Amino acid sequence: MSLSIIRPGLMTTVQDGGRWGWQKIGVIPSGAMDIYSLRTANILVGNDEYEAAVEITLTGPTIEFTSDTLIAITGGDFRPIIDGQPVPMFRPVAVRAGAILRFGACRTGCRAYLAAAGGYDVPLVMGSRSTCLRGGFGGWEGRALRKGDVLPTKEPGEFGQKMMYNIFSRGAHSFQKAGWRISQTHVTEERLRKPIRVMAGLQYDAFTDQARYDFFNTSFLITTQSDRMGYRLEGPELPLRAPLEMISEASPLGTVQVPPSGRPIILMADHQTTAGYPVIAQVSLVDAARVAQLKPGDRLDFRLISQEEGERLYIEMEQCMENIKIAVAGML
Amino acid sequence: MEHAYTILPLGEAGLLVRFGSEIRPDIHRCVKALADDLAAHPFPGLVETVISYTGLAVYYDPFRVRRAGAPGQDSAFRIVSDLLARECIPRADDSGRAAPRVVEIPVVYGGEYGPDLDFVAEHSGLSPEEVVRIHTAPKYLVYMIGFCPGFPYLGGMDKRIATPRRATPRVAIPARSIGIAGEQTGGYPVSTPGGWQIIGRTPTDMFRPDRADDPSLLHAGDLVKFTAISEEEYLARREGQP
Repeated sequence: MSLSIIRPGLMTTVQDGGRWGWQKIGVIPSGAMDIYSLRTANILVGNDEYEAAVEITLTGPTIEFTSDTLIAITGGDFRPIIDGQPVPMFRPVAVRAGAILRFGACRTGCRAYLAAAGGYDVPLVMGSRSTCLRGGFGGWEGRALRKGDVLPTKEPGEFGQKMMYNIFSRGAHSFQKAGWRISQTHVTEERLRKPIRVMAGLQYDAFTDQARYDFFNTSFLITTQSDRMGYRLEGPELPLRAPLEMISEASPLGTVQVPPSGRPIILMADHQTTAGYPVIAQVSLVDAARVAQLKPGDRLDFRLISQEEGERLYIEMEQCMENIKIAVAGML
Repeated sequence: MEHAYTILPLGEAGLLVRFGSEIRPDIHRCVKALADDLAAHPFPGLVETVISYTGLAVYYDPFRVRRAGAPGQDSAFRIVSDLLARECIPRADDSGRAAPRVVEIPVVYGGEYGPDLDFVAEHSGLSPEEVVRIHTAPKYLVYMIGFCPGFPYLGGMDKRIATPRRATPRVAIPARSIGIAGEQTGGYPVSTPGGWQIIGRTPTDMFRPDRADDPSLLHAGDLVKFTAISEEEYLARREGQP
């Protein structure tokens, strides 16, 4: 039971819910950039929602299945096809052994997630299957997938087995889809255009009034120097009121720091655990997943929300995830 | 704990308890004592804590914190802040703590292992031997681990050997290199680009992800003592290692 990589795509890695608990020794959490799409993909095939899946970036891979497999694809739309037929997203799909799944270039969003029932059989390193690219460990041999790699899958659980049986009983040449789907959570053209909601950062008050005005009233361009570590933005310079003697402090996902160049950087899943530049804002975690679906060349706007509002959005999204879990469990 | 502190939000799923704005051993001890207290008494929804020079970041899952909280408490930030202020910080106390761990790190200084030792000596107006003697004298405090896995921020270097970073950073500094940057000293657990003045290399692995229980040689709060070894000893200790 495995997936054979025929073409790797631009940056295809194994990622799970993240390597948590080790930031105290400088180990980044890594994990899926768009955590909600990862969780949704896993729920659809009956996995633990934080199980490892394949993260696909900008240009997708071509993959051959060596055995019958139940999969789900979520996140950005890469026009996946098998035998020339579009493979629907956001629902379980049962794939026959020998089928070849092709992803194109992304049409909407920037990252897609391919979950397989049972999950991928790569070793746990420090409690996680996520690829730490910088450290060269975790995931598949600590690196992005390459042509010729054969990524094994684990035995599917009861849900996965029954769901695959049910779907195949409706007949299949190379694949068959479930007769139901869940709705897209956040990766639509319209939703990706909405402002990114942020809370004030630790050094918010140290920036000039003009800098704070510009931050919330200008569209920033996502530059090509944007990756899993961080998104580097281009826009107006954001000066400080006065030079600031900075001492390194902890920097979580979504930290928007402004180095001396005055150009902000949003720290993403592979961010450093501590950072020494002034922090103007903190991207809400629900919107950090939307940032992960924006690509170089896209523009983004920031909108200030309160810490209470950020927490409310977080709780709302968790309730949405719970509802998806309940709904999917009821489809068997 | 008597030290003044402030609690600041780090987005919606974390907060920072800041004990000051200077790099000082007494401030570090407050940060470390609170981290130890939370390790001994984790609250429902706690994800992890991160020690930095002047503060402790406490990351939590607001959904789980609120579910475990009393009904009517509507903000995870308030629940965690209250818990820290009422219970953890008053209870956190480093007076009864065991003496910090002293970790000895053997280093072969100079030559191909420490190509910048001569520059540091010249810059300091000392002989290379004196630089080594001064560098191996103190017990350095590990204030925090960051930048990359297992990378220690050490305090306590003698200012006589302080040397600015290289004008042009090296593309790759070999793993386990020991260096100086300004008034800081430290070691690179993994090979990375960098501008530090490299004065030596240790045969001791500083980060091993396959050691599941404890991948990092050093932890915040440890003391580090460098000792000079010969090239023969270095090679003997590296034998059979990758």
